[in-house]
Amino acid sequence: MARKTTNQKAWFLVIPVVLLVAFNAIIPLMTVVNYSFQETFGDNVFFWEGVKWYEQVLRSSRFHDSLLRQIIFTSIILVIEIPLGVAIALAMPKKGIWVSVCLVLMALPLLIPWNVVGAMWNIYALPELGLLGRIINGMGFDYNFTQGPLAAWFTTIMMDVWHWTSLVVLLAYAALSSIPDAYYQAAKIDGATPWAVFRYIQLPKMKRVLTIAILLRFMDSFMIYTEPFVLTGGGPGNTTTFLSIDLVKIALGQFDLGPAAAMSLIYFLIVLLTSWIFYTLMMNNEEK
Amino acid sequence: MALEFRDVVKRVGAEIYIYPTDLKLEPGGFNILLGTTLSGKTSLIQLMAGLERPTSGEIWFEGRNITTVSVQKRNVSMVHQQFINYPNFSVFENIASPLKVAGLPKVEIRARVGKVAELLKLSPLLDRRPLELSGGQQQRTALARALVKDSDLVLLDEPLANLDYKLREELRDELPRLIKDRGATVVYATSEPEEALLLGGHTACLHEGRITQFGETAEVYRLPQDLISAQVFSDPPINTATVVKHEGVFLLNGTTSWPVGADHEKLADGEYVMAIRPHQVVPANAKTGERMARIEGIVLVSEISGSESVVRFEVEGTTWISQSHGIHPTPVGARAAFEIDTKKCFYFNMDDHRLASAGSMRGGDV
Repeated sequence: MARKTTNQKAWFLVIPVVLLVAFNAIIPLMTVVNYSFQETFGDNVFFWEGVKWYEQVLRSSRFHDSLLRQIIFTSIILVIEIPLGVAIALAMPKKGIWVSVCLVLMALPLLIPWNVVGAMWNIYALPELGLLGRIINGMGFDYNFTQGPLAAWFTTIMMDVWHWTSLVVLLAYAALSSIPDAYYQAAKIDGATPWAVFRYIQLPKMKRVLTIAILLRFMDSFMIYTEPFVLTGGGPGNTTTFLSIDLVKIALGQFDLGPAAAMSLIYFLIVLLTSWIFYTLMMNNEEK
Repeated sequence: MALEFRDVVKRVGAEIYIYPTDLKLEPGGFNILLGTTLSGKTSLIQLMAGLERPTSGEIWFEGRNITTVSVQKRNVSMVHQQFINYPNFSVFENIASPLKVAGLPKVEIRARVGKVAELLKLSPLLDRRPLELSGGQQQRTALARALVKDSDLVLLDEPLANLDYKLREELRDELPRLIKDRGATVVYATSEPEEALLLGGHTACLHEGRITQFGETAEVYRLPQDLISAQVFSDPPINTATVVKHEGVFLLNGTTSWPVGADHEKLADGEYVMAIRPHQVVPANAKTGERMARIEGIVLVSEISGSESVVRFEVEGTTWISQSHGIHPTPVGARAAFEIDTKKCFYFNMDDHRLASAGSMRGGDV
């Protein structure tokens, strides 16, 4: 039997990845974990606090309120953007020069930097100066997003829908255009109604892509920060203070590093768990 | 239930998909549309189905003008080259879908689906979804969906093209049995001459949007009326060369010659396009006889597949193909001699490429 030689050199090939992941994920994450269990008053002096910060965050009504706002915001976003995106994708032309025109128009909002989106909508919705603000006020509504909570929510949601529905459209359109023409012909021959074509051909064929779209929109909207920060700064009052905005306020505004770290981890776990549960459910459903 | 095309033209933009076409298809047996890709097979099938409207001309069915009748009202069924089934329906629901749309009672649906599933060996798979099936089973499901309703017109658009070889043979053997005893007109599009011959019935040779010849399959094969039909209905491609008829002999390349047979005596002297199927060109000395003419060329490719040898060789700038039984190893690049069975040659006019003279060739084994 030949002597088995072990060559450990292959490990060197893995080192770049290990370093990259370490610097970019593990070390920052562990720093946060570190902060979340300790108290510091600067000068690198730490005191062990156990799960105190976690208890504090989970019990604080401030966290509950931001979390609730976050859940409501994300739910509204998903309920509007997913069906709207699919509807637009269905209405888009299938061939011809208008395809490229539509695709470019659709992609435009995605190319704009997030803080610019916030600033754009801020100006756009100003009651005295902005086009949108003047139109709404002109229609007889008392609209001022810097003062009315309802107006602030409305503007934030409109902004997100404007900014991100395109993503759903592009994904759904890609899925739709991958359905062979023969499916539609077969449905026509069977005498299927347009609704049946959507329900039994287009929707099942879009399922995987829509799963991804929902996941992406869930994660992104759940972590939304830049646009509402620029638009409303979390106001009026705390009415549009979503989790990220709240977190930044605690960490950088109040410099409460311990609670902020604990909150970050709880936040992270919520996103991770929800995504995982959702994905598993969708994929299990697929196998059945 | 005959389907009739009367002067049908299909144009899309500036492009002509189907040139003026007259065609009458009868029920019983297969009506085969034979042609390469882009020859217009799919366009014809879509016109028959009613998925497309002709630009001009009329389509008649059973003495009724159905040109403007929509797909849903035509009572057709169709199987595509791709395996098309409803992705989240079970096999049972897939097969049942046309009956459900038609509003049949549940008991009858169950009975009819059961029967078709039995016929297509799908009975154990009725609860599965299409994605859990093999390609062959998926196409069987699509076939079952097409056969479950009593359609007047069954359109099969290269249904076996995406299946692997074994499955294709298996399903092709079953097809005639499946369509037997149906009153329907069955149309079958294929690009393979062999498939047309195996399925029999009638064949229409298609080339660039034109039907070049239509008739009984064997007859079309035996006696192509023009060069294009001969080319469409030959695999490997038919050999063609220009020959000169002069003083009772045909002269090829100025070197090979053979006496003009009784069938062609009356032809005027001059140039003709001669065509001969590859299996009538065999390595010299494998077969002898006075009707054989000898040609020599440089071997380009030599393929041996167990029972037959296919050799491509070049004579004076023209590539020839020889297909013969048995194993005839021929070194590539070497000079080799072949024999043409001159009794099996077709002669076409130089100008219009129509068959120059049929004579008594009718009925011979080509």
